[in-house]
Order: sequence, then C-alpha cells, then structure tokens
Amino acid sequence: MAELVAVIASTHHPFYYRASTATGADRPPFADEWVRKIEAFRATLTRARPDVLVMVGSDHFHQLWLDNMPQFLVGKAPFYDANFSNEEREFGLPKMLLKGHEELSAHVLREGLDAGFDLAFSNELRIDHSITCPIITLRPQADLPIVPVYTNIFAPPLPQPKRFVQLGGMIRQVVESWPSDQRVAVIGTGHLSLELGGPRQFGPHGPDPEFDRKAVGWIAGGDIEECLAEVSLDSLHLPGNATHGFMDFMLMMGVAGQGRRADYVDTLDLFHTMEAYFTWYPNGAPE
Amino acid sequence: MSKYLLNKFLYTVDRDPELVERYRDDPAGTVAHWEAEYAGRLLNCVAGEATTWLALDDTERAALVAHDYPALFALGAHPFLTLTLFIAMFERDHAEPLGFQLEYARRLAHVTLPYPDIAT
Repeated sequence: MAELVAVIASTHHPFYYRASTATGADRPPFADEWVRKIEAFRATLTRARPDVLVMVGSDHFHQLWLDNMPQFLVGKAPFYDANFSNEEREFGLPKMLLKGHEELSAHVLREGLDAGFDLAFSNELRIDHSITCPIITLRPQADLPIVPVYTNIFAPPLPQPKRFVQLGGMIRQVVESWPSDQRVAVIGTGHLSLELGGPRQFGPHGPDPEFDRKAVGWIAGGDIEECLAEVSLDSLHLPGNATHGFMDFMLMMGVAGQGRRADYVDTLDLFHTMEAYFTWYPNGAPE
Repeated sequence: MSKYLLNKFLYTVDRDPELVERYRDDPAGTVAHWEAEYAGRLLNCVAGEATTWLALDDTERAALVAHDYPALFALGAHPFLTLTLFIAMFERDHAEPLGFQLEYARRLAHVTLPYPDIAT
C-alpha cells in the first residue's frame, strides 16, 4: 500500500513570492526572516521524499462560481494550468503548469464516494494560489504530480467544520488504502484569523491575535475535539470575515488525527495575517 | 434585489482587463453596457441560453455607478470580489504600498459585527 509520509498544513500568503524574489529597495524588511522560515519548513517536506502530493486548497472565485458551486471537489486531470490573470496582476504570481496523478485522483474519488462523501470532480481545472503558494514555498521545482482537492470556505452556505475534519480523515484512509508503492504527502492550506474587504483588513497583525494563538495551539496539539467544541460556522465570523479558511486547517488536523501532535511548528507574525507552518510524520520522522 | 447579480458584475468585470479599465473610467456607461450585454449570460452556456429574469435594483445599480464600495459591503456583496476589483482599479493611485487597502479599511471603519449577510 501507499505510504503517507508527511502531512503538512500551512497558511498561503500570496505576497510571499513577490517578497522573496524582490531585491534592493523593493525588498520588504521582513523578507529575509520569512525566506529563512520557509526554507526550514520546506526541508520538512523534502526530508519525507514524497512521490506525489495531495493538495488541499480553496478556489477564490476563479474557476468555481456561484452558478455551480461544489462543496468538495477533486481534480482528475493529467495536467493543471495554474494561477489566474488577476493573481498575476495583484500578487505577481507566475503562470504555472503542474502534472496531475489521474490514478490517485480516481482512487480518491471512488473510495471517497463509497465512504459517503459525494465529491464533485473536474477534468479541466485551473488551480489558484491556494495550491500554487504551497508549491512555491514547499516544492518550488514543481516536479511532483498532484491531486488537487478543493473545499468551499468562501461561498455560503458552507459545510460544517466537523465535515472538514471528517474529509481529512477520509483522505488519510484512502491514501493509506491505495494499492501502490508511492510515497504520498498531503498538503493543505488555509488561514488563521483573516479579514478581506472589511474594516479590519491589512492591520499590523492578523485581525484577532487571540484566536490565532488558540488556533496554533489546537493544530500543534492535534486538539480536534477542543477545536470543534469552540468553532462553529457562526463563531468564525468573529475573528475576521475570511476566517472560514481556518476549516482547511481543521481538515488537515483530520488527516493527522485526533491527539496527534505536530512534529514541526513555526509561525511568523506578519502584517495582515499570522503565518503558520505545521508538519506531521505519521510513521515517524524520516532518517 | 440580487446579491448574486451584484457579485456577478464584480466577478465578470474583474476577470476582463478591458472591462476593468472601462469601469474605472466610465462607471455609469459600463454598468449600463454590462446590464444589457452581460447580466444574463450563463457563463458555461452559449449566448442563446441567456438568463431572462436577473436584474439589479436601483440601490445596487447606484452603488456600482458611484464606485461606492462601502455601500456594496452594506448590500452584502462578497467582500473578496469587491476588494479584488477595486484594488485592480485604484491601487495605482496610491504611492504607498497597501495605501488603497488601508484607505478601504478606514472607509469601512464604522461597520460593526455582525457584518451584512453575504449568502446568495
């Protein structure tokens, strides 16, 4: 069977690419520390020697729109074009082309459907910065095939937080039941407290540092039950109007498992939002 | 009232660089043109399958024509769509990094929780 060699949860800050590649007067003062932290985080994936990446993210009204909105969608294509013109315009993100892994996509879809998740699928998916940001930070050579999994954290009505945790658990199960000798990493990105298009946006810190402190504690400790007891679709409005993206972190806690402490934890307090980086090694840290 | 159609305006204008410039320069003309040519387009279908019943109300139209993003926020337009399009139009007018984004936050400073419902 396939081996789940790493579970990685991260924020996806679209400004990283520009900050890390800027030079001279254009380079922001926080760039060097940010790059150091990202390179250390990247090493946690490299060390696990993955062959294929399951990438959990959320389309930001790029390809998926309100006339036809899936809650959970799995890409099943041999390739994925990536990044959209408005991401190039606003964040300077480059157009990319990533390889897909149709066999694992088909396995996730079949087994997921049979496990009670009525997953949507796409044979022609252009992916956005929720998935390309972690490629840029964690695997910049972009050489591994991916299976994209999109969640709706953006367009209400949204699935309940517990459903994200359950989907994470299902992803783990189907990866570990995949008859293959491939080494699989599951990487998902979301947000801590975040405000976009509201009065609390782009402050000196994330909009709710107290929520961020608690959230980092839940993720680092694998405290799924405590997190589910405190977090609801209503409560997530309070720390910032885009904080429902935290449910993708809850999904990744579901992949890692209840009570499973992260093997690697790092954060960076930036303007606008707190960056947070977590890695679990389900079968022990690699040599 | 159609939050959905407000969002559709923001979404379809944002993804079309020519419409972004046109909306910046001539908001009233662009909104009228969009209502005539784009509002009923079913995005994944051929032109003949256009939607027949969608319409902006006067308040929504006025907010779009005035580039009034606090009013769009109050009407429940999706904040991410509004922010993205308005950055595309007006960030260039601010010398400081994030100058427009911070002005945007200031102009919404009167807003308190709970925010307007964005469900469509």
